[in-house]
Amino acid sequence: MFIRCTVGLGVALVASVVLAIGLGPAPVSPADTLRYLGAALTGGTIRLDEVATYEIVWQLRTPRVLLAAVVGAGLSAVGAGVQALVRNPLADPFVLGISSGAAVGAVSVLVTGALAVAGIYALSVGAFAGALVAAALVHVTARRRGPGGTSPLRLVLTGVAMAYAFQAAMALLIYLVPQGEATATVLYWTLGGFGAATWGSLPLVVVVVLAGITALRLRARDMDVLALGDETAASSGVDTARLRRELFVLTSVMTGAMVAVSGAIGFVGLIVPHLVRMVTGAVHARVLVLAPLVGAVLAVWVDLLSRTVVAPRELPLGVVTALVGVPVFVVLLRRRGYVFGGV
Amino acid sequence: MTGLSLDGLTVAAGGREIVRELSLDVASGSVVGLVGPNGSGKSTALRCVYRTLRPLRGTVLLDGEDLTTGPLRQSARRVAAMTQDHASDLDFTVAELVALGRTPHLAGHRCPGPDDLRICREAMDRVGVTHLADRGVLTLSGGERQRVLAARALAQTPEVLVLDEPTNHLDISYQLGLLALLRELGTTVLVVLHDLNLAASVCDRIGVLSDGRLVAAGTPAEVLTPALVADVFGVRADVVTHPVTGGTRLLYALPDTPARPDP
Repeated sequence: MFIRCTVGLGVALVASVVLAIGLGPAPVSPADTLRYLGAALTGGTIRLDEVATYEIVWQLRTPRVLLAAVVGAGLSAVGAGVQALVRNPLADPFVLGISSGAAVGAVSVLVTGALAVAGIYALSVGAFAGALVAAALVHVTARRRGPGGTSPLRLVLTGVAMAYAFQAAMALLIYLVPQGEATATVLYWTLGGFGAATWGSLPLVVVVVLAGITALRLRARDMDVLALGDETAASSGVDTARLRRELFVLTSVMTGAMVAVSGAIGFVGLIVPHLVRMVTGAVHARVLVLAPLVGAVLAVWVDLLSRTVVAPRELPLGVVTALVGVPVFVVLLRRRGYVFGGV
Repeated sequence: MTGLSLDGLTVAAGGREIVRELSLDVASGSVVGLVGPNGSGKSTALRCVYRTLRPLRGTVLLDGEDLTTGPLRQSARRVAAMTQDHASDLDFTVAELVALGRTPHLAGHRCPGPDDLRICREAMDRVGVTHLADRGVLTLSGGERQRVLAARALAQTPEVLVLDEPTNHLDISYQLGLLALLRELGTTVLVVLHDLNLAASVCDRIGVLSDGRLVAAGTPAEVLTPALVADVFGVRADVVTHPVTGGTRLLYALPDTPARPDP
């Protein structure tokens, strides 16, 4: 079952990527798409009259579709990680205040003109820095020494409180610097999207997300044990305080890297882990393989819909994720006897 | 000596000493109960044995080896616990949850091997939950859940099993079934119990804690006297002998209940 799912989803992902690269206002057949990709990767040749289409496929659509796949995968894995970390089914990658921290970082860069050395990546660097500062602040504020250490509830409460603080800082920045660009930037980071994807912004997020998923997967059994409660986990030889620190750092860095290039894309990180658990059970060793695959496929299709349905305009990504994801989720929830935390 | 020994254990939390100078021996293969009123430090003492708390002073020794230092995984191979944690946040199947008992024996991300799976099957057989193997743990009744947790602890193949009020929320047949299992295991057992009569029926020896101090230790007959129960628990109890087993039992009456007039 698990192996069949993995292989099936792997095939679906490759097919989705090729299809999505071909589809758009100027549709390209899958065969041509593969030919262009082949030419780009192997340095082959194409006809002169194809150059314009080739440029669209290789320079615009390919990085965008790949970014969607990587961020979809990353958000789903981080969602499962954060839900284990704070032992709460409602947690998503942004529950610890990281997305609003990233937005504050980006807007600060925009208003102050700092980080000019980073050139076109200044906003992303600012957002990444903002995300990490937010995570560090949450961690330091929530931290408590002694028995039990930092409890999950403490962490969530601190994250939620900090998110308000960051949103206030953001509002203040926009108020003090009344320029349209700041408002647009905030909106972009709050809603998220893959429109800004370039080949240059891709490598870092790919490396961070893939390494992060691998690192989470290595802790899969410890994450299972953590779900049995802190006392049982300790008596099974799992150092819960250390595991929580590791999960916190891993999920924060991954979320920061993703938010920096695509903004805070909601819903995927919350729902995909639940979807996967409904189908193949709760064991993290499986969830952390299947959730990234499902998340990647979902994000690729959602992005495709968002840029094609009302082309040349783009629907906000969140609208499409909700339209596609909610019905699927509701159907699965009603069909299976799915339970989480005795609810 | 072989077995578990708590040696001069003092545990502090929030600047207060919750357990003070507790010394108690659990001979290899015996069942020892820890009883006492709420807040007397029973669970706290137990937490030092399964490493959720670190004692301020004193040690926990297993066959003379210090259990309070060293890697958690190493002590988890020798000591398993059934804590008061509710079963699980996630809806693992019973077989999956029991297999998590093998965690301290498996390096990093290695999968359970054939031996591990056999041990898990035996553990499930032993507590009679094999027929539940594919059920989700969150769909089980309280009694089934508690037995599954016991199977998980057994799958850890411990030398010492510590249990914190394992009979809570169970109906009487499950309470007796679980305690009978403890006796059959032959493992060294340290168990915190609320019910003094259950403690008397299952334990070889009983330690009584009051306000963090051990105030009595010995066989149930030695320890459970009307004077001690009145002193530690503040209730009046009459000691009787079980008509069938000959064991020590306590009878309680509501305060100020008048004695039955002689017929």
